[in-house]
Amino acid sequence: MNKVQNNKAWFLVLPVFLLVAFSAVIPLMTVVNYSVQDIFDQNNAYFVGLEWYQEVLSDPRLQDSLARQFLYSGTVLLIEVPLGICVALMMPTRGWTASLSLIVLALPLLIPWNVVGTIWQIFARSDIGLLGYVINGLGIDYNYTSNPVDAWITVLLMDVWHWTSLIALLCYSGLRAIPDAYYQAARIDRASSWAIFRFIQLPKLQGVLIIGVLLRFMDSFMIYTEPFVLTGGGPGNSTTFLSQTLTKMAIGQFDIGPAAAFSIIYFLIVLLVSWLFFTTITHLDKDKVKEQSHD
Amino acid sequence: MSLVLEKVFRHVEGIDHLHDINIEFKPGSFNVLLGRTLAGKTSLMRAIAGLDKVTSGKVSIDGEDVTGLSVQKRNISMVYQQFINYPNLTVYDNIASPLKLSGTPAAEIKKRVYETANMLHIESFLKRYPLELSGGQQQRTAMARALVKDAQIILFDEPLVNLDYKLREELRQELRELFKARNSIAIYATTEANEALALGGTTSLLHCGRLLQSGPAIEQYHKPINLHAADLYSEPPINIFRGNISESQISFENYASFPAANNFPSIAPGDYSFGIRPSHISLVPKNGSDIELSVKVDVAEISASETFLHVANNDLQMVLQLSGVHDYRTNTAVNIYLPPEKLFVFDPLGKIIKAPSISGAGDHQ
Amino acid sequence: MAEIHLKALAHSYSDNPQSSADYAIHEMEHVWHQGGAYALLGPSGCGKSTLLNIISGLIKPSHGSVLFDGVEVNEVATQDRNIAQVFQFPVIYDSMTVYDNLAFPLRNMKVAKDKIDSKVKEVANTLDLTDILHRKASNLSADAKQKISMGRGLVRDDVSAILFDEPLTVIDPNLKWKLRRQLKQIHERYNITMVYVTHDQLEASTFADKIALMYQGKIVQFGTPRELFENPNHTFVGYFIGSPGMNFLSVEKQQTNSGTQFSFDGIALPLDNNQKAVLSNSSSSNLKVGIRPEFIQLSAAEHPDSLPCEVIHTEDLGTYKIVTVLMGQQELKIRLGEEQQPPTKTAYATFPSQWMKIYIDEYLVDNNSGDTGDE
Repeated sequence: MNKVQNNKAWFLVLPVFLLVAFSAVIPLMTVVNYSVQDIFDQNNAYFVGLEWYQEVLSDPRLQDSLARQFLYSGTVLLIEVPLGICVALMMPTRGWTASLSLIVLALPLLIPWNVVGTIWQIFARSDIGLLGYVINGLGIDYNYTSNPVDAWITVLLMDVWHWTSLIALLCYSGLRAIPDAYYQAARIDRASSWAIFRFIQLPKLQGVLIIGVLLRFMDSFMIYTEPFVLTGGGPGNSTTFLSQTLTKMAIGQFDIGPAAAFSIIYFLIVLLVSWLFFTTITHLDKDKVKEQSHD
Repeated sequence: MSLVLEKVFRHVEGIDHLHDINIEFKPGSFNVLLGRTLAGKTSLMRAIAGLDKVTSGKVSIDGEDVTGLSVQKRNISMVYQQFINYPNLTVYDNIASPLKLSGTPAAEIKKRVYETANMLHIESFLKRYPLELSGGQQQRTAMARALVKDAQIILFDEPLVNLDYKLREELRQELRELFKARNSIAIYATTEANEALALGGTTSLLHCGRLLQSGPAIEQYHKPINLHAADLYSEPPINIFRGNISESQISFENYASFPAANNFPSIAPGDYSFGIRPSHISLVPKNGSDIELSVKVDVAEISASETFLHVANNDLQMVLQLSGVHDYRTNTAVNIYLPPEKLFVFDPLGKIIKAPSISGAGDHQ
Repeated sequence: MAEIHLKALAHSYSDNPQSSADYAIHEMEHVWHQGGAYALLGPSGCGKSTLLNIISGLIKPSHGSVLFDGVEVNEVATQDRNIAQVFQFPVIYDSMTVYDNLAFPLRNMKVAKDKIDSKVKEVANTLDLTDILHRKASNLSADAKQKISMGRGLVRDDVSAILFDEPLTVIDPNLKWKLRRQLKQIHERYNITMVYVTHDQLEASTFADKIALMYQGKIVQFGTPRELFENPNHTFVGYFIGSPGMNFLSVEKQQTNSGTQFSFDGIALPLDNNQKAVLSNSSSSNLKVGIRPEFIQLSAAEHPDSLPCEVIHTEDLGTYKIVTVLMGQQELKIRLGEEQQPPTKTAYATFPSQWMKIYIDEYLVDNNSGDTGDE
């Protein structure tokens, strides 16, 4: 009964399939290859099984940076999502102010990562940076190059500045799609602003928020450039996240085997979390369809 | 040219959208698809247009199998429920667009656009943009675009549903006139029985993806093939209630029973469903044989020239369509009279056993 | 409790209206009485939605005032007006159950829990929603959703008017009948003013005790469905009410041997003396006689006073038939009952004089008094 409806369609997918094979699958297989062998030179490669994986997983450096990474991504989501929603709710809906706020919000999204890092590197310096200078002027001892907490706050601030717009813009478009009648009905039902948010806006934003959270999670989980430019991962290892640890390992120390194993684990974590999000979305939809067919 | 569908099925995720559809649309015919929301009207049109693939079965135009042919290769145009026009083109350019795509010479385009615009009474709006027009004019523009290219098959998917009641009346009449002179096959989907009756032509009744019955709407109104078909002619809906026929008497559950006399001599004793049109029930007996039921008035809906009296007796609910104004308060007890010769009888599975004979049948134009 | 009074009300969307064309609502004086069932009927663009939004407070009128029980509410916000509204497309709170949807307005008003519970159950019972009270509202059919929207108004004791904005648009025909019947029952049970906006004359006339027919920003007639049907005071009312609408014949004065006649295409209409006098007294050249398709009698045989015509089309709609005949150059619609068989070719039409209505410059002229028809 579930017969394939048009086999010809598969041919149309073929170019994309090849492209994906060359750009993702083959490089990935090389990495897999590295991760299970100890390679000295072209002729001296030994199969080591899961040894590198064991080594990597028990390496305290990596455990630390993994924990740091989760803490970082979690904090980023906890700040950016509510903040993004708030910004979207406060944005004007019509007139020139609406266009202006859209442009202002879109601006940070257009700036390359390393430029963002450089901007903040200077902006937050306690000697010549406006922000750093002002904070110190207020009597607070702030120096991101020497104090790990200050460095963390600066990296977070930078991410929030750079990416909250994305959540805000997504939510803004979601909010515009809600018909006026819903707000009118809610006013007639004497709903408070909080109730309007909780029972009309938030449910209708569900779809865009899941996309936003997914994008922000994946992106923040792979953060590299900004902390690298800002502090080089310091002070100490306080802002050294997974991708930087990996780079150090692969390029700095040339531990190809462990680095490859690490890459695979890294990749699987991102995949796992994204899959969790994805199934949540589809699961929600499926439930709806099922209930409908019972009617 | 004719359009034939043979054994057409379409399943989507285990749900029957179309089930064993066999139907032939004759050259130059006007056809109506009547059915509820989700009955399969749109699915059938999309299958005809080639917008959806059928799971199995065959669609052929003029004897040529077009089942696998894409929509661009079938000479078809479609009018939708929403008013779909190109917002950045004038009405003229909107109407001309299908001709331009097919590379018609400019002079010919001009002539045809004016002809079609005249037919649909939008010749004075040709320079305007669709969004500057009223809903009715926008839909006329969409129709003109469908009609201008001389398609073999023109599909209308509930085109009047978003229009005012009075505009519907006018456009319905115009459509009927318009297709008298055309050689293409028109297929028109609607949920409203009155539209099917007013448009004329051949009506096909759809229910749950199945084709129930095909023929002139008025014949289906008088002789529906089963309960679903009877129920589709719903202005107002037919009254249905259960009952039993035995050797000696006919009873409607515990509401009424009366001697069988010679009412349904050819029907075997057993349980049946009975149906009666709201317009056939009256408040005064017209005949000695009329069946009397005691009921209470639920509500009286008084329209200008007639009254729809909703009555009930426990879980038996009926509607009466009476001419003139009959204002009853809720819960007033009344007697209603059902002429037995006007009763439809359905077997327990809903298949028609007997339809009332029509006075002066066969005199329809 | 609310009596809604529209006092010298007019509305223009432009800031500085110059001509009458700038007005969506022309100045009007109108009262909806407490507890009545009213319909606001008219074609799209006639201003009926604007008027509804003015009553509900979503639009502030540019001129005049809206009074609820004699108190001006122009500046009162929608939520403080004690009204509920049912929209064209069902508005429900997707994430809530049916129960929570119905309880929502009461919770917002901080009503006690047990009071909410009893009220919600009572309303659910009236609307036949009891069985689905604990289902999620987002997965229900359109008619159930519309009932929920209405229920949110009915649970509130303080609601004294419910406004309906074409509530049956997305409902299948057979369910329309059910829902309309329930609406009517609810109106009889609760003492609530209901204003129902629609373009469908059948919906309007079956629901409402009185209909306000709107046309080009004005209420052209306000009366019972029967009044609008039998005595339309403007040709537009005649056209808009009834399916098909009234037949109108433009007539001219002619002097013949048998006295003054009023005729079209050389055919003299059998008017009574009163009607002729009214027409004769008018200096206007825009003279029309209107007659409803329901009131013309058609037969195959000639009768005194009958006029010959030719049957050109018969539309059998099951419960009735619409016959189109050609009389002179004029097409007339005639409505016949289910049992009546129309003649096939030549036929004779009789126009009962009490159903022939005289229109001068598009307005009805009362046959008896000679006054213009609008009150």
